[in-house]
Amino acid sequence: MSSPVQQFKQAANVVAHDLQHRATIQTALEKYTVIRDQTRGAFRDYAAVRQAAAEIKWEAVNHLDKYLELFVSKLEARGAKVHWAGTGEQACEIILGVVREKKARSIIKSKTMTSEEIHLNEALELEGYEVVESDLGEFIVQLKKETPYHIVFPAMHLTRGEIKDLFNRKLAANTSDNPGELTMVARRVLRKKYINADIGLTGANFAIAETGMISITENEGNARLTAALPKTMITLLGLEKILPRLEDLALFLPMLATSGTGQPLTCYNTMYGGPRQPGEFDGPEELHVVLLDGRRTELLANAEQRDSLHCIRCGACLNVCPIFRNIGGHTYGTTYSGPIGSVITPHLRGLQGWKHLSVSSSLCGACTETCPVKIDLAHHLLQNRRDATAQKPARLWKLGFKFFAFIINRPAIYKLLAPLGRVGQKLHSPLKSTRLDPVYAWTKTREMPQIAPQTFREFWTNRK
Amino acid sequence: MIITLFIPCFVDLLYPCVGISIVQILEKLGHKIDFPEELNCCGQPAFNSGYWDEARLVALPVLRRLKNSEVVIIASGSCGAMLKVFYPQLFAGTEYEPAAKKLSARCWEFSDFLVTKLNMTDLGARFPHKVTFHDGCHALRELGVRESPRALLAKVRDLELVEMKEEVCCGFGGTFAVKFPMISSAMGEVKCAQAVETGAEFIVSNDSSCLMHIQGVADKQGKKLKTIHLAEVLTSQ
Repeated sequence: MSSPVQQFKQAANVVAHDLQHRATIQTALEKYTVIRDQTRGAFRDYAAVRQAAAEIKWEAVNHLDKYLELFVSKLEARGAKVHWAGTGEQACEIILGVVREKKARSIIKSKTMTSEEIHLNEALELEGYEVVESDLGEFIVQLKKETPYHIVFPAMHLTRGEIKDLFNRKLAANTSDNPGELTMVARRVLRKKYINADIGLTGANFAIAETGMISITENEGNARLTAALPKTMITLLGLEKILPRLEDLALFLPMLATSGTGQPLTCYNTMYGGPRQPGEFDGPEELHVVLLDGRRTELLANAEQRDSLHCIRCGACLNVCPIFRNIGGHTYGTTYSGPIGSVITPHLRGLQGWKHLSVSSSLCGACTETCPVKIDLAHHLLQNRRDATAQKPARLWKLGFKFFAFIINRPAIYKLLAPLGRVGQKLHSPLKSTRLDPVYAWTKTREMPQIAPQTFREFWTNRK
Repeated sequence: MIITLFIPCFVDLLYPCVGISIVQILEKLGHKIDFPEELNCCGQPAFNSGYWDEARLVALPVLRRLKNSEVVIIASGSCGAMLKVFYPQLFAGTEYEPAAKKLSARCWEFSDFLVTKLNMTDLGARFPHKVTFHDGCHALRELGVRESPRALLAKVRDLELVEMKEEVCCGFGGTFAVKFPMISSAMGEVKCAQAVETGAEFIVSNDSSCLMHIQGVADKQGKKLKTIHLAEVLTSQ
């Protein structure tokens, strides 16, 4: 099996040159930026709101111990069962335990990237359980046996024609590519699944410490059905999802919607505070909440990059990232793609195996500029590069940079570069853009600039 | 005032006209140029690649030579960000940290120096062309220089500025361009397409390294796009 970096380069090579893909993603995300800007404009002072959001998340993350305990105690007081999972495997085992205990057969899920992170569907299917994704995008990629392309828009890479073909093939749907009709196909399939499901599994957008509530925000109403219809509800979340106070949602719900899709507010915003209480006549009989560490506490211990736990998974950094736009979500080979994925994946899955994600960036900083909670993403990429090379330097590069420093610091040698370069360019000319070209990595797709007849230093010397 | 001019290697070797134009502009405004001929690189290639020890080998002579300068102008937004933003990080916790911070406060990107520090926007230039402006990402996002180059272009006679629909990276990114050439050139192609869409004849920028990449991609693709540095526009008649 090829390593993550080989897989990444191979996939990038294909997707970056796929003009159909480029057109689909560029068009979609250019539209997003226009709508996002309109919605940002509706805030009286967006910069101030962004600063406030960053400060609230800072407070939550830097007092995570206190807020997590409060969150758990409030939830448990209303009868929810809270499970702490150190690793993804443990989280899967806890969820499997509940599923076995309930003698469940079918599980309906609303959107949760954390479950992708721990490969929950595979774990459940391996034991013979039926798992159905109820978010339309997730439903589509599940049918296609793909992972989500984007953390917010899982099927954005597919055209409606492709979705029509998929539905007709897999669901014997006989549908056109009309979006309304396609949605109705999914709805007909999913309604039955909700009713038959023994367990509803959700993620969480925010965990409110003050009240012990889980906030879920969605556009399709599928998460409400997932949570409300089955007898048992399981919620899986990373332990960084904490917000201190209920009133913080007044800021974070619009912030998440604005950054995520450009909507002023997502269509359905629900808070879950526990299982069915005495006297209530609907809602799940049991609520299990699984809190996942999954090496997040290692990031918490890292003062330099702790702010990456501020992330509210809005996907804004993916949307503006020119790397993401050109290589697409699947190329990353990770659950979290784009800039935030390139920052945290080396921490969550291992620096040496995943450092290439931090290297494959022009460091343009569009991610840092857009992040609604002010994560210093571009600089974290630089820090990951520094830490990766400090731990395990590539000898040739290290030697190369030492040699570079040797030359650049010696004006007498540096002066020779221009005349040598002029000769070199003459010799290079017949090799240019061929496989023998030593700078083929550049010249395959780009012309070379020429060394000037007179350098600036030559100009300066002559002038004196 | 005495202005220290930092000319990075690629401006020296490939785009000397940019440096020459900057000298002409500043001297015309009555300033004296101090040009440290022995400084050729800010150390960014090694820094961005994660080799901070090797970056310091290059950066330290720069820091030592420039730390007492009254004002330092860097002929590239990217190298400017290295001196202004990243030197304090590179030397954090070392004996050179105070010097790096002191230098940081005196570093200026060229266009921002003219507009913000000298309060000059009209340099009497004439450039009868339709142009679009490409923001070098480091100038734009590390140094926060967005309005200054536009203020300068607004005063150039007979120049028409048409903005591209997005402020997006050209894909250069230093060693990134050769480590991940497929991603870098795809980004360059997107950039060129956006520039072509404006109908502009020239792409103007405050960073020659971006222009090198954009021109390289445009030429390879046979696109009739020309690139020119802001300083050269400002000395055009």
